[in-house]
Amino acid sequence: MSGLGFFASARFWRGALPALSLTFVLLGVFWLQPRAMSYFGLNLLFNLAVPIALATIAQMFVIAVNDLDLSIGSFVSLVACIGATWLNETPLLGIAALLGCIAVYAAIGALIYIRQLPSIVVTLGMSFVWSGCAVLLLPTPGGSAPDWIRSLVTLKPPYVPMPLVAAVVLALVVHFALMRTSWGVLMRGVGGNEKAITRAGWSVLKLKMTMYALTAVFGILAGLTLVGLATSADANIALRYTLLSIAGVILGGGEFVGGRISPVGAVLGAMTLTLTASFLSFLRISPDWQIGAQGAVLIIVLALRAIVNRLEARK
Amino acid sequence: MRIRQSILLATTALALTVAAVQPSVADTSDKRIALSNNYAGNSWRQAMLKSWGKNAEQAVSAGTVAAGDAFTTAENQATEQAAQIQNLILQGYDAIVVNAASPTALNGAVKEACDAGIVVVSFDGVVTEPCAWRIAVDFKKMGEIQVDYLSGRLPDGGELLEIRGLAGVFVDDEIHSGIEAGVANHDKFNVAGSVHGEWTQTVAQKAVAGILPSMPEIVAVVTQGGDGYGAAQAFSAAGRPTPIIIMGNRHDELTWWKEQKDANGYETMSVSIAPGVSTLAFWVAQQILDGQDVPKELIVPFLQIDQADLEEGLANTEPGGVSNVEYSLDDAKAYLESVK
Repeated sequence: MSGLGFFASARFWRGALPALSLTFVLLGVFWLQPRAMSYFGLNLLFNLAVPIALATIAQMFVIAVNDLDLSIGSFVSLVACIGATWLNETPLLGIAALLGCIAVYAAIGALIYIRQLPSIVVTLGMSFVWSGCAVLLLPTPGGSAPDWIRSLVTLKPPYVPMPLVAAVVLALVVHFALMRTSWGVLMRGVGGNEKAITRAGWSVLKLKMTMYALTAVFGILAGLTLVGLATSADANIALRYTLLSIAGVILGGGEFVGGRISPVGAVLGAMTLTLTASFLSFLRISPDWQIGAQGAVLIIVLALRAIVNRLEARK
Repeated sequence: MRIRQSILLATTALALTVAAVQPSVADTSDKRIALSNNYAGNSWRQAMLKSWGKNAEQAVSAGTVAAGDAFTTAENQATEQAAQIQNLILQGYDAIVVNAASPTALNGAVKEACDAGIVVVSFDGVVTEPCAWRIAVDFKKMGEIQVDYLSGRLPDGGELLEIRGLAGVFVDDEIHSGIEAGVANHDKFNVAGSVHGEWTQTVAQKAVAGILPSMPEIVAVVTQGGDGYGAAQAFSAAGRPTPIIIMGNRHDELTWWKEQKDANGYETMSVSIAPGVSTLAFWVAQQILDGQDVPKELIVPFLQIDQADLEEGLANTEPGGVSNVEYSLDDAKAYLESVK
C-alpha cells in the first residue's frame, strides 16, 4: 500500500514541479516588483513568453518522437522575416512560402526516418539553411509586421491579459490533442515504442512526417507572434529559441526519449524561463553573474526533477 | 585630434555655463535613468560600461539624478533585450538609454516604453522607432576615411584585406558600406578577401590566419576596431610582411603599433568610437528629462589617432581598454548647443 502511495506522490510531484517553479518565481517577482501585479505588469512580463511557449510546443512534437530539433531558432527567425516582408507586401506569396516551410519540415521528418539519420545532425544542417534564407530575404534588419498580426498580439481582453489567455488556450488545446485522443497516443507511441506501432500496422513514416509538420506549424505561429510583438524582423531575432525551447520542454517534465512529454508542463516551463530572466534582473544581479544565475536556476529545477525521478524508480 | 578638440569643447562649455543662465539641475534629482545594453564581451563594451558607471555614480552623488543603473543582457539577442526593456518599464525608470542588439527588433518594446511616458535614448546601436532619440555614429565615414588614408600612403593602390565585425549587425554593415564606397572612390584598391573578426582579437587572428594562404600580396588591412592586433599576429605567424593595418584605438593595438614604430618606423592610423559616448547618452537623457528641447537625430564624431598623436593616445588609454573621451554635463550641454 505504502509503495503505491509513494508512486502516486512521485507522479504528483513530477506533474506539479513545473507549476510550483513558476509560482515560486512569480511570487519572487511580485515581491521584488509589486508593480508587476497588475494587468499592465503581467502583460509586459509575459508577452514575450508567448512566442517562446509556441516554439517550446514545436520542439516538444519533435522530442515526442525521440528526435531533437536544433533548427527551431533559425526557423522561427526565418518565419519572422517572411512575416515582416512577403506576408506583409504580397500575402499570397507569404502564405505559399509558409506552406512550403511546412512541406520542407515534413520532408526532413521523412528523410530522418527513412535514412535513419541522427536528427541532431540533420536539423543542425537545416539551421544554417534557414538562417541563410533569412539573411537572403532580409539582409539588413527591417520590414514591418502585417497590421492584422500586430492588432492580434496587442489585443487587450478585459480582466485577463492576452499572454495568459494565449498560454492557457495553447496548453489546453495541445494537451487535449496529444494526451486525450487516440491519435495523440499513436504519436507519442512513436517515441515510446516504435516497433509496437509498426506491428500494429501503422506507418511510422507518416506519423513522423505529421509530427515534423506540426513542429513547423507551431514554429510558424511562434515566428508570427514574435514579429507582431517586435513590429519588425531581423535574421537573428530568435536564434536563442533553440536552446530555450529544449530547456522549456525538459523543465516542463518532458524526457528526451520515450515519448514522455507534457504540453501543459512545456508551456509552464517556457513561462518559467522567461520569468527567471526578469526575476534576476529585478534582483539586480550584476550582468556578469546573470548567465550563471540563470544556469543555476535551471540546474536547481533539474536537480529536483532528478530527485523525483529517483523516487519514481524506487516505487 | 579629438582629445584636443574635446578639451576645446570643455572650455567653450565652461564659458557657456558662465554666460547662460541654466535652469536648476534639481529638476531631475528624483529621476531614474537605466542603461539597457546588449553585449559586454569585448574591451570597447567594457570601457563603455565603465564610463557609464563612473559617470552615473558621480551624477547620483551630486544629486543630479536619483539612479543610473546599467543592465546588460546575458546573450546578445534582440528578444532578450526586448524583455529587458519591458522589465525596466515595470521597474519605473523615467528614462531608458539603449545600446540595441537590433535597429528594428526592439521597436515593439521601445514603443511600449514611450507609451508609458518613458524617455528612450538609443546610441551606438540605435533603434528606428520614431519615438526614441538616436545618438548615431557616422560608421560609414569611419570606413571611408580608412581607404582615404591608405590612398595617401599607397598611391599605387593594391590588394586589401577587410576584417568585418559580426554578421547581420547594423554597425558591421555600415562600416563595410563605407569601405566599399572608399574603394569605389580610389579604384586602384581592390578588396581581395574579407573575414569576420567579431571585433575580437583572437577571433580576428584565427579568421585572418585561415584566409591568408589563399591571398595574394596584401598591402593593407582595413578593420572595424578590436581586430588589428589579431591581424598583425596572424601576418607575423604566417611569415608574411606586415601590411599597413588600420588600428581601432584598443590598448593592445596601440601598444603593438608603438613597438613597431620604435623598432622600424611603422606608420598607420587608428580610428574608433570613444566608448564614453555612453556618458553623452546619459546626459542627453537627463537633459530631455530636464525639459530641454533636444533634436531626435544626433551624430557624434569618432576618435582618430594619427602617427603624431600615438604617444598621447596610448598614454590616455588604460591597459586592456580603449582610447576614451568622456562627457561631463557641461560637455553634453555644449554639444547639444552646437547641434541646435
